[in-house]
Order: sequence, then C-alpha cells, then structure tokens
Amino acid sequence: MLVIADYGVGNLASVKNMLKKAGFESVLASDAVTIESASKIILPGIGAFDHCMQQFNASGLREVVTRKVMEDKTPLLGICVGLQMLMENSEEGIEPGLGWFAGKTIKFKKDKIGELKIPHMGWTNVRLEKKSDLTENLGDQPRFYFVHSYHVQPENKSDELLSANYGYDFTAAISRDNIYGAQFHPEKSHKYGMKILENFARL
Amino acid sequence: MLIHKRGLVKSVKFKDHKYVGDPMNAVRIFNEKEVDELAIIDIDASVENRSPDIWRIEEIVSEAFMPIAYGGGITTVDQVKRILSAGVEKVILNRSAVKTPALITEIAKQFGSQSVVVSIDYKKNFFGKQGVYIENGKTNTGLDPLVFAKQMEEAGAGELLLNSIDRDGSFSGYDLEMIEKISGALSIPMIAVGGASALSDFKKAVQHGASAVSAGSMFVFQRPHRAVLISYPSQKELETQVYEGL
Repeated sequence: MLVIADYGVGNLASVKNMLKKAGFESVLASDAVTIESASKIILPGIGAFDHCMQQFNASGLREVVTRKVMEDKTPLLGICVGLQMLMENSEEGIEPGLGWFAGKTIKFKKDKIGELKIPHMGWTNVRLEKKSDLTENLGDQPRFYFVHSYHVQPENKSDELLSANYGYDFTAAISRDNIYGAQFHPEKSHKYGMKILENFARL
Repeated sequence: MLIHKRGLVKSVKFKDHKYVGDPMNAVRIFNEKEVDELAIIDIDASVENRSPDIWRIEEIVSEAFMPIAYGGGITTVDQVKRILSAGVEKVILNRSAVKTPALITEIAKQFGSQSVVVSIDYKKNFFGKQGVYIENGKTNTGLDPLVFAKQMEEAGAGELLLNSIDRDGSFSGYDLEMIEKISGALSIPMIAVGGASALSDFKKAVQHGASAVSAGSMFVFQRPHRAVLISYPSQKELETQVYEGL
C-alpha cells in the first residue's frame, strides 16, 4: 500500500487526489502500524523547516519510517520541505535534518538572483541530471510548479536528479537508491507531476 | 472562474452574469489544457455575508491538478487555514482587505505572504475618478487604487490582482495605464485582470509592468456571439506569441 505520512503538516489531500487520478489508491497514515505495512512512503512537508522536523519527531513516525527506508529499502519520496528534511540541516532553522543525503538546504542567494523575487513561485522548466525510474517518460520540456525560498545543495553531484534555473542553477530533485525528493509540487503540476507520482507508484 | 449560485458564470463589468457551465466540468477541461493557475471566486459569499463553502472548495480542488487561488467571503484566519488545507495555494481577499487590513498581516505571518493575494477591483466613478470597489463591484470604498495597493503591500500581501471592472468582459485589452502606474510603485508581483482579448494583450500587459496576466471571458467565450467554448493557449502559442522577446 502506498502510504502518505501524516504527521500534521502539509497538503495531503492534493497528493492523494492526484494519485487517485493516476489510478493508484493511497492512505494517509498517522500511526506506526500503517507505515509498517507501506510498500511506498510519501513524505510531504510545507511551511517552516523546524516546524516540520519537530512535528515529524514528535509524531512517533520517524523511527518506523527510518527503519522501513534504511532496512526494508522501501521507496520514499519527499516533497517540498519533505525533500529538505532528507538533508543534514537547513539554513532556515536549527533542527537537524534526517541526514540521509550529504549536504544542506540553503536560502536562495539574493546577490545571485538579481531582480528575481523570493519565494521562487511558479512554473519552471527542469533538466534531467541523470537517468532514473522516477523521471521516465516525462516528455519534452517538463515543467513543474514551485513555491520555495530555500533549496537543497547535495554534496555528491551523483545525488542530483533534476535541476532548474532561478537566477542560477539549483537542485530541483534528488535521488539515491530507494530515496527520492522533489522540491516542486508534483500534485499541482498537471501531467508532468502526475507522471512523477505514477512512476513512483510503479517502482 | 466565478461561482454564482453553484454554477460557473462570466460577467461584463461585474454585471450581466452569463451561465457558462458546471464548475467541476470546467476544472476538468482546464486540467487537460494545462492552465498555469486557476482563480476561483465565489462572488455571492461577501454579498450574502456568508462564509466560504469549504465543502464545495474541497470538491472543486479534488479535481484540480494545478495551483489554485480561492476568494470569496473570507473573514478569519481559521477559514484561511481550512481553505489552504483543502489543497488551495493562495487566498484572495477583497472586502476583508479593505475592512480589516490586519487580517492580511495575520495571514502573511501564519502562512507566508505568498499565500495571500489582494484583489483590487476598481472603476471610474460618476465623476471619472478611479476608485476601489468591494462586494462584487457594488460598494465604492472611496479609496484610491494606488494608495490602497501600497497599503496592501505594507500589510503583507504577497501578490495583487489589479482588476479593472470597466474592462471586465469587454475584450478591449488591459488597462495599460493603470498597470504601469500601480506596478511601478510596488515591489510585490501584480497580476492584471480585465479586458484580455488576444495573446498580444498578455504581452502588452507584461511590457507595461504586470508580473503575470489573468483572463476569464477570453478563455470561456468564442466571439462574436459569446458562445461558451472553453479554450486555453497551448504552451507553444504562449512561447511564440507571448514569452518571446519579453
């Protein structure tokens, strides 16, 4: 069963709705037992980084999600702040991240984006940095809907899956083994987002 | 998309509402056409002093796989919380922005300024002076659009919708003069609404300072007889006729 981790933040209904539209059932889970039965896990996140980490730590889901991902190799997809949580830390807060990827989350560099505004909000084209099952058949010029002031900076170039440009090139998605993360909102990105969620559901 | 008595309507100068179809059906079509963003306005809520219909919003959003902005009847932070958790990205305020600007500040503080949009609905009064109107264009607030726009930016609005009532449904092009005047005084994004007739109008609005453009009638009517036919430019048309050279 595809499980969306419900630890008290994020727009869970939209993810579930789009999965349904793509033909996949999913459940929202706020308890360890349901997460334990998951064949795939989606980790959403929205708002302040510290708030997300604190809620996730307090939810009682962190241990079971970590075990599933690390030991059972259950595929996990982090979305937006859910992606940022996979890094070691974030400039936005003081809470440590999960640290599954080497590197941190940083604020858009004002001096490098010129007249552009923070948050970066809207549709932006992405570029494939490597091959992956998650990004199969995305079509020509895939574009996604972004809303964020911070972006991840993986230390290992090989972790970068998609990049995008907003004043400068930044990492739009990462992946390694069974762990994936997207800065954009696939659930709000039409057919491109649907393809990503569909690919994830089919892993 | 304007919601009126549960149906989808389109107006001319905020009046003469013509029924254009079922909202759910329209959302499904707009999905297929890959619109960049959809603004859904319940034009009855404020006029009837009614709260946003959360159940209805949830129903519409469940079929909308693009960013959504919702406006109509919002008066409290709690309503905003429920609307955003229904899967909406932004809320649009009009009457409350005039009556209780502190609400804008509070929404920005709790959910980020990117989630709060103020719609500045304006038209010329009897004496030819431009003024801000609320309650679906029925009530003159006596406020000057430029002064009000600056106040809203200061209050914490992340975005402004500059909505020309006089041009609504007119197919006469955007109010370029006002777009230039307001956008020049702001540092937050401003979206032009009212009057779009062709892709060239989008380009002109952006060249005059709009950060983005919005249209209603152009996407739901086929001229010359205002026959209902939902349409939306393809990415290719937008690239070659609007984005190129901007």
